[in-house]
Amino acid sequence: MRTIYFLVRKEFLQIFRNKGMLPIIFIMPIIQLVILSNAANFEIENLKLFFIDKDQSSFSRLLRSKMEGSSYFVMSGYGLSSAEGEEALNRDAADLVIEIPAGFERGLVRENSEEIQLIVNAIDGTKGGLANFYALAVIADFNREIREEFQVRRVINANQNITNRIDIVYSNWFNPDLNYKTFMVPGILVLLVTMIAAFLSAMNIVREKEIGTIEQLNVTPIRKHQFIIGKLLPFWILGLFELSVGLLIAKFVFDVPFVGNIFLIYGFAGLYLLLVLGMGLFISTFTETQQQAMFISWFFLVIFILMGGLFTAIENMPIWAQRITLFNPVRYFIEVVRMVMLKGSDFADIKWQTLIVFLYAVGVNGLAIFRYRKTV
Amino acid sequence: MKRFMAFVRKEFFHIFRDKRTLVILFGMPIVQILLFGYAITNEIKDAKIAILDKSKDHLSVRLIDKILSSGYFVGDDFLKNEAAIEGVFQKGVVKQVLIVDENFAQNLEKDHFTSIQLLADATDPNTATTLINYTTSIIRDFQSEMNVNSTLPMAIVPQVRMRYNPNLKSVFLFVPGLITIILMLVSAMMTSISIAREKEIGTMEVLLASPMKPVQVIVAKVVPYLLLSFINAIVILILGKFIFGVPINGSLTLLLLESVLFILMALSLGILISTVTETQQTALLISLMALMLPTILLSGFIFPVENMPYILQLLSNIIPAKWFIIIAKSIMLKGVGIGYFWKETLILIGFTVFFVALSVKKFKIRLA
Repeated sequence: MRTIYFLVRKEFLQIFRNKGMLPIIFIMPIIQLVILSNAANFEIENLKLFFIDKDQSSFSRLLRSKMEGSSYFVMSGYGLSSAEGEEALNRDAADLVIEIPAGFERGLVRENSEEIQLIVNAIDGTKGGLANFYALAVIADFNREIREEFQVRRVINANQNITNRIDIVYSNWFNPDLNYKTFMVPGILVLLVTMIAAFLSAMNIVREKEIGTIEQLNVTPIRKHQFIIGKLLPFWILGLFELSVGLLIAKFVFDVPFVGNIFLIYGFAGLYLLLVLGMGLFISTFTETQQQAMFISWFFLVIFILMGGLFTAIENMPIWAQRITLFNPVRYFIEVVRMVMLKGSDFADIKWQTLIVFLYAVGVNGLAIFRYRKTV
Repeated sequence: MKRFMAFVRKEFFHIFRDKRTLVILFGMPIVQILLFGYAITNEIKDAKIAILDKSKDHLSVRLIDKILSSGYFVGDDFLKNEAAIEGVFQKGVVKQVLIVDENFAQNLEKDHFTSIQLLADATDPNTATTLINYTTSIIRDFQSEMNVNSTLPMAIVPQVRMRYNPNLKSVFLFVPGLITIILMLVSAMMTSISIAREKEIGTMEVLLASPMKPVQVIVAKVVPYLLLSFINAIVILILGKFIFGVPINGSLTLLLLESVLFILMALSLGILISTVTETQQTALLISLMALMLPTILLSGFIFPVENMPYILQLLSNIIPAKWFIIIAKSIMLKGVGIGYFWKETLILIGFTVFFVALSVKKFKIRLA
């Protein structure tokens, strides 16, 4: 026990002695949490609309003002020719171009039907799809209005033209204002804690190897398990400390609701950190230089982060990719933190995640201990 | 010049001697682009929904059939009453509940009016909004199918054209971003440790005692990595084109030139980190912790910059990746020329000059 205590003290001394590292470990994650949580917004509003009116009639102007009045669009410009619309799309000055052909009003009245062009910048498929969806809704609305007005004047037999209408009422549960920050803050916190824990532990043993101090440790009577515990414990404490600071920020800066039991989060986080630290240690045992260790942990972390379900939903991935995410610890932690914090799930709801992370942690740490040799 | 070449050769030896790192350097980007090209998507596919159908008449069954056969949704649970809703959301699998009230068909046929309720699990607001939008458009479609018999006068028929990405594939959006992120992080990481390593191992003294000028040392460190990253860039572009079908509509030469500029920028940022840190550990942590999340989040790779709060939009200007993503999208998808992104190009040149100048200035020719 005393041996472990001294080892832990040594690690802490090393961490706090390195003045260059302290701000990276303690300040940077907090700044990133505060800033980046504001960035992750998919809510699409203020779509840039470029309006080409070749008709210049009262109908086309009415449609234009209806578009202007819609909260989804902001006018980025008006034009008279198709080329201007093309130019606006190329310069990213427009997300959507609406082109009213010449003779639009006359066609509507005489032929009873007229086409208009909608050209959508679809590089971002979701945004393009929404722009299209909103525009079609406004146009349909406009269509209904002019039709009603027109029919009143012509006194058409109204019965003939009754349309069936389905009203859609929707509500957003657990987060009625669609506040994306309550969703992002816990997620980004998880990423930051994971990165710190994984990088620090991955570099740790390999650093001693590269500098040569591992030999000094090897000739001491420290047992294998004492060594591993001595290496893990400091970072485990550090990880939980960062998590606590992050949770305080979530609560007091972002006002994220804490519906569930906070101890459940800590309990899970304790297990989770064991897993992440074990992965770092494992990488540390089979690499020779810090460079290799970093590249490998970077490789896995980018995969964990981008496939953790925070930025894009796991359910949208192809099946084989969803299977890969079963090996992604970040996925489980994000799921659990969200379920407990935002929905108030209890242990019964997260028992599977807990079991998986527990077994995973035992496996990875077992491998790391097995791989670690006290010989050079 | 000869001295300089010898120095470049030394750096190449360093790189090629470490076979493991070399495998990682070339293998990683390939694996990542393949994995992410498929996995990072925000197209809804097989989203799990629960259904509470209180009517169970011919129209409600037809509507639910239509929704479930759209390919976007899978019926995970069929509920009996409202009390069950809370429970299915709690489990976290079902993302949306669709409620059809009693007498759906009767209301529609007699009164020509009925309503449908959609409840979304908004703990993930982005998915919730997308799901509601998808469902709404399917219901709208169903509605117009029902109205097909009555031809309406004065119909405006919108002709929609999806420019640059007609099939709304999300790889078109993400591949240029992935190229940017991977090149940025790999390049910056590679050079960030190069000088710090010489300091830590002690070979720095040898370098300083040599007649090489700081700028020569720095340039010689960049050259080999420039070559490596350039090869990586080409491999990624080839994968993007032939595996994911992301076109290169504009000039390939221009795209490659811009890539070289961007790689140079990232490498000089790495060099700058390297000159100001003492140990490899610090250098790597800075290049990883400080670059990874801001580059992913603020560059417009996944989240559109124009949706962010104003301060973050300002902040995003100092993320070099943002500018290269604009350039890459313009060349690859829009097929436009330099006239549309000369400003972004100038900004990247500015970053490079700034980083190189600062590194040369910070390069200490004396050891502590």
